[in-house]
Amino acid sequence: MKYTLNVNGKSHTVDVAPDTPLLWVLRDTLGLVGTKFGCGIGQCSACTIHLNGEPTRACMTRVSSVRTSKVVTIEGLAEEAGRLHPVQQAWVDLDVAQCGYCQAGQIMTAAALLRDNPKPSDADIDGAMADNLCRCGTYLRIREGIKRAAGMAAGKEATQ
Amino acid sequence: MKTATLTNPIDRRDFLRLSAMASGGLVLGFYINSSGEAQAAESAAGPGGSFAPNAFVRITPDGKVTIVSKQPEIGQGIKTSLPMVIAEQLDVEWKDVTIEQADVHDRYGSQSAGGSTSTPNNYENFLRVGATARAMLVEAAAQTWGVPAAQCTTAAGTVTHSASKRSLKYGALVAKAATLPIPDVSTVALKDPKDYKLIGRRITGVDNPKVVTGASLFGIDVRVPGMVYAVYEKCPAFAGKVVSANLDQIKALPGVKDAFIIEGTSNLSGLKPGVAIIADSTWSALSARKQLKVTWDEGKVANTGWDKFVAEAKELSTKPGERVLRKDGDVDAAFKTAAKVVEAEYVYPFISHLSLEPMNCTAHWNNGAMEIWAPSQNPATGRALISTTLNIPQEKINIHLTRSGGGFGRRLTPDFMIEVAAIAQKVNAPVKLTWNREDDLRHDMMRPGGLHFLKGAVDANGKVVAWKNNFFTFGNAGQGGQINPGSGGALSPDEFPGRWISNYLAEQTVFDTGWPMGPWRAPGSCVFAWVIHSFIDELAHAAGRDPLEFRLEMLGDKAEMAATPPPAGAKGGPAAPYSIARMRGVLKLAAEKAGWGKKKFPKGQGAGLAFHFSHRGYFAQVAEVTVSKEGQLKVDRVVCVGDVGSQIVNPSGADNQVEGSIVDGLSVMMLQELNIERGRVTNVNLDEYPILRMADAPAKIEVHWLKTANPVTGTGEPAIPPVAPAICNAIFAATGKRIRQFPASRTDLRWS
Repeated sequence: MKYTLNVNGKSHTVDVAPDTPLLWVLRDTLGLVGTKFGCGIGQCSACTIHLNGEPTRACMTRVSSVRTSKVVTIEGLAEEAGRLHPVQQAWVDLDVAQCGYCQAGQIMTAAALLRDNPKPSDADIDGAMADNLCRCGTYLRIREGIKRAAGMAAGKEATQ
Repeated sequence: MKTATLTNPIDRRDFLRLSAMASGGLVLGFYINSSGEAQAAESAAGPGGSFAPNAFVRITPDGKVTIVSKQPEIGQGIKTSLPMVIAEQLDVEWKDVTIEQADVHDRYGSQSAGGSTSTPNNYENFLRVGATARAMLVEAAAQTWGVPAAQCTTAAGTVTHSASKRSLKYGALVAKAATLPIPDVSTVALKDPKDYKLIGRRITGVDNPKVVTGASLFGIDVRVPGMVYAVYEKCPAFAGKVVSANLDQIKALPGVKDAFIIEGTSNLSGLKPGVAIIADSTWSALSARKQLKVTWDEGKVANTGWDKFVAEAKELSTKPGERVLRKDGDVDAAFKTAAKVVEAEYVYPFISHLSLEPMNCTAHWNNGAMEIWAPSQNPATGRALISTTLNIPQEKINIHLTRSGGGFGRRLTPDFMIEVAAIAQKVNAPVKLTWNREDDLRHDMMRPGGLHFLKGAVDANGKVVAWKNNFFTFGNAGQGGQINPGSGGALSPDEFPGRWISNYLAEQTVFDTGWPMGPWRAPGSCVFAWVIHSFIDELAHAAGRDPLEFRLEMLGDKAEMAATPPPAGAKGGPAAPYSIARMRGVLKLAAEKAGWGKKKFPKGQGAGLAFHFSHRGYFAQVAEVTVSKEGQLKVDRVVCVGDVGSQIVNPSGADNQVEGSIVDGLSVMMLQELNIERGRVTNVNLDEYPILRMADAPAKIEVHWLKTANPVTGTGEPAIPPVAPAICNAIFAATGKRIRQFPASRTDLRWS
């Protein structure tokens, strides 16, 4: 079946089976490998993308259900090419990653949290990030990274 | 570097010339001998390929500095930290350095990342690799100016002759330096550590920009033109054989290009029998797999199960163990006269590595040569296995090393590499094999479980006088018919407190399982430390003594404890002594940083401590916990002190390893357990095999390093062993409840 998808602001037509999870369309068909396969059952959230702005598990999202929804992946998170999103920048600065495999999913979830809640408490962070597993155990730096990104975002607003 | 030319045997001088031409700049070649020491290029090459050409540093005429990182990056930060060591001595600015991941080649020496050995095996060599490069650039400048090299200094990629106020950037010296003889690396002058500008600085990971933008980096991200996709169904019961499969039906499914049986071998770490499905996408292959029907010959492993072994161990526990590991004095006599005797049974299950990136590998079989893209911790074992299993000469196997989404020891076993190689031989295209999470949990190289039946005693002065450990572990029959424990399933006769207690008995019984086992982060230590330090805590409480003071007395006042000499005729020399002084150092500092004994905790809160020596590192931890009346555990704080020698190369990376170890140790302690029945794992995805989530991570982790005048060693493993016992001992202090079984979620921690 042919589907026309809006991914990172661009239109792509793909020809895949209707039950194909968006994860594999992104990775295999479109070559956007930043979205990761971890469990295939929506338990680890390594495949988190934004679907109309909402953090969503790409492994549990059938391509046939996407329709005109706007898909944003880690590759399209930064609004300006060549610049990092504040969450990405905080992750680099704080050296959050160990193996790094889960971090695209963590960043996508964190970015959505900060958009909706620019100054999250620890409990807000734990709640929002509860579905994202990190096998290496970088949770404390993830929490710090979100706070740092929150500060950066606020700083940016203040100077505008 | 032109790998194409270097896969062919070429002599040393040709290598240097070729390298120089290929890069258009200065390439410094070194040889690494079989014991891993860098040697000068002039030294004679050893017989039988025991020497290999090597190049880690490349500087172009326009001043671009490239440092090649040979070790596998699995999240331990080695791709950042080891190049820092070279850059330090080379005296270049970190921002001006590009790090290049090496492919697999003998010229690099060992490329195995296991046992926390990457740093200790390479640190000294890499200091010299960098210093030799610098010495040659200095010599080039000195000759250019006609001044003594000793009058020249370097900084930030520039050689300066202060007396004549001249300076030249490295790039400008490249042409001349390339013509100079390479000095003996063992004689080059090294920087004084007090002048270090890079080693000891917090440097962020070199791959971070790619990680946060989702760039292709991991094995599973590999895409080769014309590539097809494979899945491989193995028998749910370990290493069962294929009898038949509905291949014709599978081949007719959409997107499927082929399906075939691979007979495989009985090697539990090798090519297991199975059915491969080749398709035009991962999803087509996974979808087709749902229709796959295989008749398996499960073999006798189907009669085995965890519960059966546990029942057998309990029955045998009252009798002497199969083998005496260590016997000092007379434990039974000591138990009779002791003031207090404590008995306890500790049990931990088999667990999985659960690297978040499932096992995968890509291969292309073309004209009798195998090209592989592998997320591996030890690619050379993969190459050897492919060579012997498929009868392909090693020099026809070319391996590209990718970043790994977690290792933890899993990727030391190359089963996923041999699988894709065997598949690739039957596919006329590059092929990527992807395991799903179910494959990953079903076919892990598991960390063996174990049971310890312990008996200990203290005298009237509260001093430990006897210790008996009847240990039941798991393994497989070796070639001689003996049953060898799995990796991490063997208790060392020298494991603390062996050697420290005058009446000590350690016995070991190994069950023959048919189950695959392999190294899991700090093999053995990751659970033995829990058993030992929990039981020490039991004895301290029986004696009515402070757990810190009790442990310090156990360790004693000596500087070190000699290793037990190996039996006559055994390979290798005696093991290194245990430095009691270093252990006392970290233990006292951890207690001081945590304020041990200074806090008054209400019921439901408490502190515990533990220490452990493994992988050359001395580590002590203090944990503080809160347990609610409803039995909910919160780890409030973990203070860790580590001694891994005289330098912490990259504190950001080293701290990350400790922070991760503490979360990992808590996750294993609380949650992880493989259910093994009828010779198979029955909990096969994350809904049935949970790991720790953010809210349950310790609220605070404090990492301290005690630098001592000792060789610089690794941080990937030695921080994990003390985590669980420190936390369990804190839980006891808080609630009076002793956790003697993993996962701890099975222990009711409610109190009133």
